[in-house]
Amino acid sequence: MAQEGLNPAADALPAEGWQGIVDDWATDKQAFYVPWGKAMMWIFLLSDTFIFTSFLTGYMNVRMSTAVEWPNPSEVFALTFFGQPIPLILIAIMTFVLITSSGTMALAVNYGYRRDRYRAAALLFATAAFGTVFVGMQAFEWTKLIEEGVRPWENPMGASQFGASFFMITGFHGLHVSAGVVYLAVVALKVLRGDYERSGNYEIVEIAGLYWHFVDLVWVFIFAFFYLW
Amino acid sequence: MAQAEGQQHPLSIYFWIWGLLFLFSAFSYATDFLPDGFLRTGLILLFMVLKAGFIVAIFMHMAWERLALIWAILGPPILLFFLIGILAWEGDYTVLTRLDFFSEPLAPAGLDH
Repeated sequence: MAQEGLNPAADALPAEGWQGIVDDWATDKQAFYVPWGKAMMWIFLLSDTFIFTSFLTGYMNVRMSTAVEWPNPSEVFALTFFGQPIPLILIAIMTFVLITSSGTMALAVNYGYRRDRYRAAALLFATAAFGTVFVGMQAFEWTKLIEEGVRPWENPMGASQFGASFFMITGFHGLHVSAGVVYLAVVALKVLRGDYERSGNYEIVEIAGLYWHFVDLVWVFIFAFFYLW
Repeated sequence: MAQAEGQQHPLSIYFWIWGLLFLFSAFSYATDFLPDGFLRTGLILLFMVLKAGFIVAIFMHMAWERLALIWAILGPPILLFFLIGILAWEGDYTVLTRLDFFSEPLAPAGLDH
């Protein structure tokens, strides 16, 4: 990390295009000019990408291969307001909540690097709060479907694979959000306490932000493929 | 280090992207009211890719990273298209087999499968 002079190549701008990749990879030296924590978070997120893609691809396969009618998500996830059913509205609200939390997270990273620790901590707590709201709405959605008789092995509305895909994919995503809320709360407390003020290094906030934005990113794909498709 | 001070960008860019993500999410939701077809599917995919791109490029700061890191992270997922492709192929085969075996015989008698 703060090892100035150890890697003079890091201070030079990389060569254009592929030459830059070859230069960075080809010699026996550091390949990624980012803090090690950030590189490790990116690699973790890469492995998570493979997990979520496996889930979504499995869902695609069972949905394609079932001979029974697939339930219409637009009706399954509708809520009735003032006697009027609004299609998919719960999921739309959850999407907006998560995007709002991504915005507050991006601002928290920025204020962290500006050494404005009270704003950074407040924004981190706000992000965690939005995450909690999201998980709460997901718990409501699960309760509603379980009451309607949807199970991982059966589903009164049509193809039984719907239940399996729904609980597996949204459950794993919800677990990521819940873990993220705890992670962000810990980082926020450390920001507030001045840990990074003393070390002069707010990279942890950006690394936590990468995780949180990834959770939002996965939701973009779940929203498109599971709920809208 | 090239980024000893980390990723610092003007706040305005985050507000812009935040706004665009809201807008495209609203558009995504609006596709639910369209009739099924290529237009709806195409728009779902278009807004999905745009939102994913903004999140990765701007919020996750990928646009400002070096190409060595960008390719190390965004390169391997290209392999996933093969997984999607072979499972789509397999799913198509499975459903045709199931329809053939589980449904009432629709074909006129004497037509062999």
